[in-house]
Amino acid sequence: MSSIIAVVDYGMGNLRSVSKALEHVVQDGVRVIVSSDADEIAAAERVVFPGQGAARDCMQQLKDLKLDEVVLQAAHEKPFLGICMGMQVLMSHSEENQGIDCMNLYAGNVRAFSDGALEAQMQSLKVPHMGWNKVSHKQAHPLWNDIKENSRFYFVHSYYVDTEDEALVAGTTEYGIEFVSAIARDNVFAVQFHPEKSAHDGLQLLKNFSVWNGKV
Amino acid sequence: MSLAKRIIPCLDVDNGRVVKGVQFVDIRDAGNPVDVARRYDEEGADEITFLDITASSDNRETIVHVVEEVANEVFIPLTVGGGIRTVDDVRRMLNAGADKVGINTAAVFNPEFVREASDKVGSQCIVVAIDAKKVSADGEPLRWEIFTHGGRKPTGIDAIEWAMKMVEYGAGEILLTSMDRDGTKVGFDLPLTRAVSEATTVPVIASGGVGNLEHLAKGVTEGLADAVLAASIFHFAEYTIQEAKQYMADCGIEMRL
Repeated sequence: MSSIIAVVDYGMGNLRSVSKALEHVVQDGVRVIVSSDADEIAAAERVVFPGQGAARDCMQQLKDLKLDEVVLQAAHEKPFLGICMGMQVLMSHSEENQGIDCMNLYAGNVRAFSDGALEAQMQSLKVPHMGWNKVSHKQAHPLWNDIKENSRFYFVHSYYVDTEDEALVAGTTEYGIEFVSAIARDNVFAVQFHPEKSAHDGLQLLKNFSVWNGKV
Repeated sequence: MSLAKRIIPCLDVDNGRVVKGVQFVDIRDAGNPVDVARRYDEEGADEITFLDITASSDNRETIVHVVEEVANEVFIPLTVGGGIRTVDDVRRMLNAGADKVGINTAAVFNPEFVREASDKVGSQCIVVAIDAKKVSADGEPLRWEIFTHGGRKPTGIDAIEWAMKMVEYGAGEILLTSMDRDGTKVGFDLPLTRAVSEATTVPVIASGGVGNLEHLAKGVTEGLADAVLAASIFHFAEYTIQEAKQYMADCGIEMRL
């Protein structure tokens, strides 16, 4: 059976690594496409929503390219993987760029590690949070298959997702504070780290996604 | 603290080939960057840095292809430095599959370039490489200056102040090389590393002078580096990256094993 995984290209960062890593792990017959075409993305069986850069630019690009609706639609109906900025902009609001409204799929705020309120805990910690850190699983999920509790993934970010919706949290990581490094609900899974840069465990997560039916 | 300290092997690439002698017994072609990178990945390298030392600007394109080929097969962060002078250079490397780009001499001649590049692609992609040399005499308070052209040309710029300025301009990471120690195998310049790490808010990679595993560990425990970079001790197969990581972990340093 032929199936397509679409990596959403909205001009925010290099998507080559994401698509190459997916190609590395998918089964025969699965095609990985990098696309900024709404129809192509709508037709794909699975959607990967990556991104890096500033929240303001991400939201602007999504609107300019008229991809915000198709991305939201995908997040409502098919296996959907958000990566890094692609996780953050799913929330209602980000404090980056003096405050910016995001896609509002989930209630929550995106906050800075260097926030004044955190200063005591964050003292002497470097920002961006860059490197390999542990992810603790907060719910059983098909995307954690064959990935051990507290496996290390590669992170690089200065902002993190803050949500009061405990049921949304799929994984947490400690960096001065314990922050949400993965979220999951229904057909959506999203991670703050970069699976495409996280060696074996990252590839395993992408492999799990490539065969996931979107059910928990 | 659960964030691991990183070990980063550095490969010098000249005209698309790894130079400075890489010796792996079971590698067919030790000059092929893809083979070497794959091998370091298997050994557990946390990142790989490529330094393009190609002299002729005509052959600059070759490093782009090298990065593309490596990024097709090796799924850990890749940094590329050497000859990066414009935002277009930065973009070309990122589009080829690099995660971070190292800017060195160009930053010294035009600090605004760092600001422009980090505005365009994000601080997390911009590593400012600093080559520092001790200029204080014995008995004086320690002082280091920035040198360019492989450590030959002094600039009169204070290394600590420069590091702070580069962070302000948007550097997401500092790659700090002691020109006094580079190639000596007597260990990092620990006071320099510590001074830069304490003065800046971004991760600092220590470089220059590693001769044994204790040097790597001290870079973290005494130099307060977030990552350590080494070339020859890995290339000549004196130690594997796995051995190095285990040694550092045994010293009580958080590592990805």
